[in-house]
Amino acid sequence: MARLEEYIPIVGEGVVADLKALAERLKGKTIQHINSTAVGGGVAEILTRMVPLFQELNINTRWDVIKGGDKFFEVTKKFHNALHGRAEEITEADFAAFMETSIDNMNEMQSFGDIVYVHDPQPIALIQKKSDNKWIWRCHVDVSSPDRTVWEFLYSFIARYDAAVFSSPEFSPKMAVRQFLISPSIDPLSDKNKELPEDVIKAVLEKYHIEKDKPIITQISRFDRLKDPIGVIEAYQEVKKYIDCQLILAGGGATDDPEGVKVYEETKEKAGNDKDIHILLMPQDDIEINALQRASTVIIQKSLKEGFGLTVAEALWKGKPVVASAVGGIPLQIKHKYSGLLCHSVEGAAFALKQLLNSPAYAKKLGKNGKEHIKNNFLITRHLKDYILLFLSLYHKEDVVYL
Amino acid sequence: MMEKEIKKAVKPFHFYTRLYLSELTGLTASNVSELLALIKEAGDSAIYHHTHRFLLQHQYLSPEPPNDFAYWVTAALNEDRLGEKLASIDTMKYLTIRDLREKIVATIEAYLKAYPNAAKRFAPEDEVFYLIKCVSFVLPTAYAANDLREFVEILKKIAIDSIYFHMFEARLRLERKTNDFSLWIEDSIGDKGLASKILKLDPYTYTLEDLRKTIIQMVEKS
Repeated sequence: MARLEEYIPIVGEGVVADLKALAERLKGKTIQHINSTAVGGGVAEILTRMVPLFQELNINTRWDVIKGGDKFFEVTKKFHNALHGRAEEITEADFAAFMETSIDNMNEMQSFGDIVYVHDPQPIALIQKKSDNKWIWRCHVDVSSPDRTVWEFLYSFIARYDAAVFSSPEFSPKMAVRQFLISPSIDPLSDKNKELPEDVIKAVLEKYHIEKDKPIITQISRFDRLKDPIGVIEAYQEVKKYIDCQLILAGGGATDDPEGVKVYEETKEKAGNDKDIHILLMPQDDIEINALQRASTVIIQKSLKEGFGLTVAEALWKGKPVVASAVGGIPLQIKHKYSGLLCHSVEGAAFALKQLLNSPAYAKKLGKNGKEHIKNNFLITRHLKDYILLFLSLYHKEDVVYL
Repeated sequence: MMEKEIKKAVKPFHFYTRLYLSELTGLTASNVSELLALIKEAGDSAIYHHTHRFLLQHQYLSPEPPNDFAYWVTAALNEDRLGEKLASIDTMKYLTIRDLREKIVATIEAYLKAYPNAAKRFAPEDEVFYLIKCVSFVLPTAYAANDLREFVEILKKIAIDSIYFHMFEARLRLERKTNDFSLWIEDSIGDKGLASKILKLDPYTYTLEDLRKTIIQMVEKS
C-alpha cells in the first residue's frame, strides 16, 4: 500500500500537510466502517485503499463486513434495483429475510467506534445498536427516483443516523437528518490507476486476443443491467458500420451481486459471433483492468443509473476520452464537450463514439481536461480530507468551524 | 527584493488554511421565481457556496460562469441574458455576503420585471437547481513568515486552500473587508505600495494557481 508521502508529487506537499493537521483533531476517536463485501465493487475498493491511510494518519480505523446468505443478498439486490427506480416485486417475506439477517449481524458484530460509518443499504439496520456514539449512513447508490416502499422502509433507519452522505445533489431528499455531498475517489497509486509499462499493456492485449492497432472502445463494469452492456453493444454496432473497431466489455463479479452471471450470458448472446467484441468476465485483476483502459482509444460508460461511476474517473485519470451517460455522479466528472461527451441514448452514445474515433485531436483535448479535473477533485487525498471533515462536523453544528 | 536588506515583520504572518464540506439541503428550484425565493431564504453559507465553489473545483481553468446561479439559468433555462448579468456581478465590490445576495436578488427581480414570461419557463426534471451549503473548517498551518522572503517561500509551497482562505474567505465571508496578505504587508512590513497592489487584484478573474504566481511575482519585484 502507498504511503502518504508518495502522493506529494501528485497533489503537492501542502495537501498532505493539511491532512496531517486535520487528523490531529480526531486524536483519540475510533472510526468503524461497516459494509457488505470485502472484495468487488467500488465501496470495498475505496475502503481497501483508505483504511491504511487513515491508520497512517493515526486515526484509529477499523473495517468490518456483515454476513449474509444468498437470500439476504437477493433481497438487497432487489432493494438496490428498486432504489434505482426499477420495478421489483418485494414481498413481506423479503423484508422479513432482510431483518432476520440484520438481527443476526447486530448480535454478532461488535459496534465500538466513536463514529460508526455504515455503507449502503445492506448493513443499514445496524443503527439499532446506536448508543451515545455517532453514526453516519453513506449512500453509494443513485436514489434520485427510488421506489417509495423500499425508500420508506430504509428511511425508518436513516432517520436515526446523525448524518447521511450522498454522491450527488440529485440524490438528496428533503429530510431532517443532516446530509453531506461527498464524491468517491480513485487512488492514483493503486494497481488500477498507476502508470504501466508498455510491455505489460501489450501482454494483456495478447492474452485476450485483442488487436493493438485497431481502435478499441471499452466499458469496464460489473455485468449488471444498470450498466447497460446490451446498449453498449448496440452503440458499437452503429459505430462499426462506419469505423472498423473493437469492443471490450470487461468486469468481474462482487459477492453481493447474484445477478452477474445471468447478465453476462445475455451479453454474450447479444454479441453473437462478432470476433471484434471481447466479453471478459475477469477475476479481480486491477493491473489487467488498468492495461485495458490504457490500451483503449475511447472509454464508454453507458449506465442507466449510476451511484457515481468511478470507472469514468479512472479513465479520465489516464487521459482517455470518455463517452458516458448523464446519470448519477457522472455529470460531476464530465462537463459535456469540455472533459468528455455525455449521452442519453444508444444513438447519442454511438454518435459521440464516432466523433471521438474520427477526431483524435479533439479526443485528446477532452482527455487532457478530464485528467486535470480528476486531479483537482476526485483523488483519494480529497476523499480522506472530506471524511475527516465529515467526522469533525459531527461535533460542530456551525457553518464556520475554527479548529 | 532578494538583494535588498530584508525587513523583519513587526508580527509574523501565520498561514491558516480553510477546508470545506458541502452540506446538502434537499431544497430545489425549477424556474427563475423559485430560484429567487431560494436565494432570499437561503443562509449566507449557501450563497457563499454557489458564488465561490467554482474557484476551488476548477482551479486550472473554469469552464463555467463564475457562479452557479448564472450557470444554471443559462444551461437549464436558456435565460442567457440573465445568465450574463449574474455572471458579471463584480463580487469584489461587495464586502459582505448580505450585500452580494442583495445584488443577486435585485438582478433577478429586475429581469423578471422586464421579462415576466421567464417565470413560466421550467427546467427539465433532471436539471433542477440544488441548493447546497458550504461548511468551512479553518485551521492554522505549520507555516509562519517573519519577512517577505519567508512569505514568498511559503507561498510557493503552501496548499492552494490557504491562499484561497486569505484572499477570498477572510475578505468576504469573515468580513475582514480586505485580504489578509495586504493587511499584513501594510501593518507589519510597512509596504503600503505592495499591499495596495495586491488589494487591487480582482482574484475572481484568476485561476488559483495563476493568483499564487501573480502574488509571488509582485512580492519578488517589490
